[in-house]
Amino acid sequence: MAIKSRPIYNGFDLEMPAQRHIFVLEGEGALALLEKVNPSHPMLGQSEILYSPVGSSHEQAIVKLNAANFFTAPSSEILLNRFAAILSTATMSTRLYAAGTEGFIGAAVNVAARYGVKSASIVKEHRGSLRRRVQCVHCKGFNSDITASPFHCEHCKLYLFVRDHFSTRLNAFQGVCVNAEEPHLFPEPVELYQ
Amino acid sequence: MDLKFTTETYRDDFSFRNSPEAIRRYPFPFHADSYMYAINMEDHVAGKPGTAYEHPIDVDEHYISEMADRALVLKEDPLRCQALSHMMTAQWDTLELLMIHQSIAYPDLFTLERDKDKCHWINRPLGIDDKFIFGDRSTLPYEPMEYIMRQSQGDFCIVDQRDNSLWMDAGMVTCQADWSLDFDIGMSFMEWHAPVPMAHELGIFDRALKFLMNVQQGRPARRLNWTMTVNPRLDTSPENYHKWGSEKTTVTKENIGAKLHLRCELQSFWRLPRSNALLFPIRQYLISLNDIATIPKWACRMHRVLKTIPDPLAEYKGFSRNRQLAIDFFAPFDNGQETTKGADPE
Repeated sequence: MAIKSRPIYNGFDLEMPAQRHIFVLEGEGALALLEKVNPSHPMLGQSEILYSPVGSSHEQAIVKLNAANFFTAPSSEILLNRFAAILSTATMSTRLYAAGTEGFIGAAVNVAARYGVKSASIVKEHRGSLRRRVQCVHCKGFNSDITASPFHCEHCKLYLFVRDHFSTRLNAFQGVCVNAEEPHLFPEPVELYQ
Repeated sequence: MDLKFTTETYRDDFSFRNSPEAIRRYPFPFHADSYMYAINMEDHVAGKPGTAYEHPIDVDEHYISEMADRALVLKEDPLRCQALSHMMTAQWDTLELLMIHQSIAYPDLFTLERDKDKCHWINRPLGIDDKFIFGDRSTLPYEPMEYIMRQSQGDFCIVDQRDNSLWMDAGMVTCQADWSLDFDIGMSFMEWHAPVPMAHELGIFDRALKFLMNVQQGRPARRLNWTMTVNPRLDTSPENYHKWGSEKTTVTKENIGAKLHLRCELQSFWRLPRSNALLFPIRQYLISLNDIATIPKWACRMHRVLKTIPDPLAEYKGFSRNRQLAIDFFAPFDNGQETTKGADPE
């Protein structure tokens, strides 16, 4: 069942009109664009593509698209910094696209929010791992790349289960102590978010 | 009303008690012998004298002790009080509404004098006497929402209304039933209710949202919600769940009457005049099973409600572990006879 607090990732639609298109792609998120776009598509002449490989190898394929601008970032953090710089001078009729893992999309959405862009207006596609970013509700620390529940909070060490509740503002799911009622019990972790 | 404030604690030695008067005025949440989710909204109009509905913002014998517990929670965790920056107008609306209603209902306890934007607020139970300029946050020791919510019983949310939804954009939440303002702040109505089972499928939230978006100024609404809590602990927050969770396993056949508490929330909904936001006071009332058992009709009804509540609901409300013990506790009070209509004690 859908998690009501989780954003909806509708997938890339490249046919929406705009003067300028900005793509932020992380890892396998590059395929969200590559699988849909025809290299002769006129939008590419108005497109800037920012790509952070994180282990994927789609650089050559993106180069062949011959977009107006293309940047391969050595890390997602650097990609998002450049994304912020672009947004700081962006004008009306700029359309934003984000694809990759959920944590990456959420981080891009939050960068855009700083420049007054609403999440609903950003075209999103979830690609790659289902791993989750989780905030410990007890110590408020963030845990990245969580694939199993329960897990030990890297900050306060409490044993947390991942509640199906997502905060866009924090870009994280909620982690809650799984054995608060019976602290001597440690249920086996289950790989849920590979 | 002659209010005698009690000095009591909601943690450590748990000295919280209800007087016989407090028991009789308890807002018992069960109007019939079974329970299922319902929006159960009604106009928040003045109720009978001597009930928790007599005044729109209720102040009771626990006022001073509840405010002391709130101060302790805020000292440990300031994130229990947050307001997004666009909510400042709504903060002032809230301060005004709570000051007006408390001072009209309880003139012996609270006084608000106003000369245009010059205000003089006196809170006698807490020994507060402040003059401030309405709209000028530098003239108060806290932001206006925090200032007045440190002097008002219950949790409060202020929700903004825009884009066809309500948004959890400010609040003071120190005595909540397992939800986190810090996590939920900024969420839309459907988002912050995401973890609630069954109600989405029943269409409850669609209807509730429609209703709430149409609440008019001067015509507040209310509903009751409830859960069970082990020990009279106000701060049953997720933040501190690892500290209080193990108390749930301490209930026995012998101690359940004193230890397990029904926790009723009287939620009211107020349209605010300048901001068009909504104020949600969530006022909670605790009562031990022993105290419920002093009212035969309530004890009988508790037995029937607890027996028939669906499992996912008991789980969500966090008392499935102690449910059977509670059913057994109330079984001797169920005489098999029909109970009278409504939630009144008789």
